[in-house]
Amino acid sequence: MKPGNELKTAHSPSHIPDDWFNWKEKDKDEAETVARPSLSYWQDAWRRLAKNKLAMLGLVFLVLLAIMAIFGPILSPYQVNTQNLPNQYQPPSAEHWFGTDSAGRDVFTRTWYGARISLFVGVMAALIDVTIGIIWGGISGYKGGRTDNIMMRIIEILYGLPYLLVVILLLVVLGPSLSTIIIALTVTGWVGMARIVRGQVLQIKNYEFVLASKSFGTKSARIIRKNLLPNSMGPIIVQMTLTVPSAIFAEAFLSFIGLGIQAPYASWGVMANDSLGAILSGNWWTLFFPAFFISFTMFAFNVLGDGLQDALDPKLRK
Amino acid sequence: MLKYILKRFMIMLVTLWIIITLTFILMVNVPGSPFNSDQSSNETIKANLEAHYNLDAPYHIQYLNYLKSVATFDFGPSIKQPNQTVNDLLGRGFPISLELGLVTIAVAVISGIILGIIAALRHNGFIDYMAMGFAVLGISIPNFILATLLIQQLAVNLNLLPPATWSSPAHMVMPVLALATGPMAIIARLTRSTMLEVLTQDYIKMARAKGLSPWKIVFKHALRNALMPVVTIMGTLLAGILTGTFVIEQIFAIPGMGKYFVESINQRDYPVIMGTTVFYSAFLILMLFLVDIAYGILDPRIKFHKKGGE
Repeated sequence: MKPGNELKTAHSPSHIPDDWFNWKEKDKDEAETVARPSLSYWQDAWRRLAKNKLAMLGLVFLVLLAIMAIFGPILSPYQVNTQNLPNQYQPPSAEHWFGTDSAGRDVFTRTWYGARISLFVGVMAALIDVTIGIIWGGISGYKGGRTDNIMMRIIEILYGLPYLLVVILLLVVLGPSLSTIIIALTVTGWVGMARIVRGQVLQIKNYEFVLASKSFGTKSARIIRKNLLPNSMGPIIVQMTLTVPSAIFAEAFLSFIGLGIQAPYASWGVMANDSLGAILSGNWWTLFFPAFFISFTMFAFNVLGDGLQDALDPKLRK
Repeated sequence: MLKYILKRFMIMLVTLWIIITLTFILMVNVPGSPFNSDQSSNETIKANLEAHYNLDAPYHIQYLNYLKSVATFDFGPSIKQPNQTVNDLLGRGFPISLELGLVTIAVAVISGIILGIIAALRHNGFIDYMAMGFAVLGISIPNFILATLLIQQLAVNLNLLPPATWSSPAHMVMPVLALATGPMAIIARLTRSTMLEVLTQDYIKMARAKGLSPWKIVFKHALRNALMPVVTIMGTLLAGILTGTFVIEQIFAIPGMGKYFVESINQRDYPVIMGTTVFYSAFLILMLFLVDIAYGILDPRIKFHKKGGE
């Protein structure tokens, strides 16, 4: 007899024979088992970032760029500033992969030197911004009250200063060089980071685990370091990823108005500026390669930043 | 509301004072005198020149003089361009720069919002991906590189548009395009994300349930709230467009304020640098102030929250 027929007529469970069931003992050990491996916050973030194709494209490009910035100049037989005037404006070829510029310099070699400068400026500016921003924002958010009020007023005033104008002004006085450009970019650049850190700290400092920490008598500096900062790393990293391209842009921009890195260094901005005249005569490659690398680096940082923003936000977790 | 405006106004004044003082401190500390490069001048002439420009006075007197001249909007003569005052240069360049800036803002805001709305309405569709891909590209390509690419393609290769100067609407196309693409992309992305958020709200469902047409829902109910974040970033965008005009005017040889500013930097023409910096800053800070006030008026919640205390 089929079980289905039986069910139609039998309304009470007692009519179902016991041997239809597999009685399962309650397994106390298994009840506590976690079926999937537990993921830490960072593992989970990485898993979600890896699913974002555009962000991974950006990451791969940046890793390759960093490798080429380190080893690229070694691979090339040419020196960065060796001029070879008879050889000027050679189109890309087997000898000169990216062609040569107005002074016969090898664009391939110069592009990787430019990558060194541009990445260095971007990363250093971001690191300094983070350091000042974390200290300022951390203290301001954690202390609260009068301290916070004064520190926030200062930030509000600095925030109103036109960023690039201050940078230009500083560079006119200090004179453009690698270190002065980084200093000028960070003098008011840290303000955005400080605001973000403060916002995070304000939110997290009211959580129970901070209260628990306080009730053990932990010192403020340690609470900021061990409780507050690790939990606000997400937005800080995102902001950092977005600071790098804006610093690279600012450096290229400054080169364009004559306040960029000076020779013997060659940044992408300087290379693009030098080749402005060349495009009118059809020597497109002198502009194309620095322009492509500036744009693609900014693109890579932007999509990586976007991806990180989604990956590091626990609310968007799927 | 009045208290809020007053507070923003005080902050604006302090910011302005800081930038004015900063320009003064920096210019005083520039090594050497502006007349050092003039080889023809001897010591007496130099001393006379310095006396004429009050450069031999003690710093605090110079500072007070400077504050007085800034307050009366008198930035003095240019050192490198004979018979030109800084005000002459500003008066000649500002209208052109303002025209470029206003057209750019109009193009960026209108096309950015439209692009954002379309992308949001076709969420995860082909148009959405196209629009957002375009937006990421727009954010990534610096305006000066876009400008040179445009010149190369549209002016040199295709010979469609005049490559430089500023005299007819056709001359405006490329500079405006180069300058507006970045802000437009930012506005499009922002409009799209807030629009997507707003479209899931209950009052939109309500409007739909009432049987309103999709266009009416978008423009009457959704857009108003979706535009608030766009208003907040207008200040930053304005600053970007304004500094963008420096390079764009230089590349397209537009005789605006930005071109004079860049020239003065390269020639180390200090009065012009100081004057234009203060003018630019005052303009920008005023704009930021107005944006803040506009935000306060548009968003009634702002009255109860302290600004900057997110």
